[in-house]
Amino acid sequence: MGFTLVSFLAGLVFGLGLLISGMANPEKVLGFLDLAGLWDPSLALVMVGAIAVGVIAFRIAGLRRLTLLGLEFRLPTKTDIDKRLVVGSVVFGAGWGLAGFCPGPALVAMGAGEQKAVVFVVAMLAGMALFELLEKRRVAN
Amino acid sequence: MIDVAWAQFTPWTALAGGALIGVAAALLLLFNGRIAGISGILGGMLTASPGDMPWRAAFIIGLLVAPLGWLMLSDLPPIEIEAGYPVIIIAGLLVGIGTRYGSGCTSGHGVCGISRFSPRSLVATATFMAAGFVTVYVVKHQLGGF
Repeated sequence: MGFTLVSFLAGLVFGLGLLISGMANPEKVLGFLDLAGLWDPSLALVMVGAIAVGVIAFRIAGLRRLTLLGLEFRLPTKTDIDKRLVVGSVVFGAGWGLAGFCPGPALVAMGAGEQKAVVFVVAMLAGMALFELLEKRRVAN
Repeated sequence: MIDVAWAQFTPWTALAGGALIGVAAALLLLFNGRIAGISGILGGMLTASPGDMPWRAAFIIGLLVAPLGWLMLSDLPPIEIEAGYPVIIIAGLLVGIGTRYGSGCTSGHGVCGISRFSPRSLVATATFMAAGFVTVYVVKHQLGGF
């Protein structure tokens, strides 16, 4: 129960952070990605703010054996920098640059009732489903 | 040289919003022991076991209702989406498949990964940012926009 409630609160606070920072607005994100036009550096400061808090959180997590709810930490274990990581990130970055949406802001804009965001999220889920399908085929071979 | 859009630059709300995003990631990490990677939380729902589903759904619902929570206090900030539907669909597909192949997006790699000094996430973040810069340059300055 507490586990699910914390998840909900984390999603809510995350969404409010995206709204306050302006990152739920694709035009503002594209203003950051447009180095050759009039460049809006705001997104860099969103990252600075988030990472400043994040570093402290991960430092605290590193000192603990279990979480505040007494659970195991499940952190990523992969460390290899491989083709999948780089090619996947290039494909993601291209999509991000096309519409100005990454997954979080798209969900928040969808919650705000933006029709284009709904279409983006459906297409994104289709892309994720396609990944699962290709993965299944890859593992089967 | 780079021309800074000083009129659009919003340093304080950017930092404050960023800090809130960090607090959200801290909550999920320190209570639940999970990484706040949105593409992973959402994409994982396609194959999650029933027991692994509620926390993922709860997080996504939290994101979806954030604008409603905001509306209780004030008017929503602008959300301007210039791209047309064909571009939106292509972009969504690319973001969906790319984030899953690359094991993360702006939140998982960009915020959480860099916060834990993961070289893998640093490479991913530098790569998707570079791809974003190049895409906007090509679309806006070479093709003249959509």
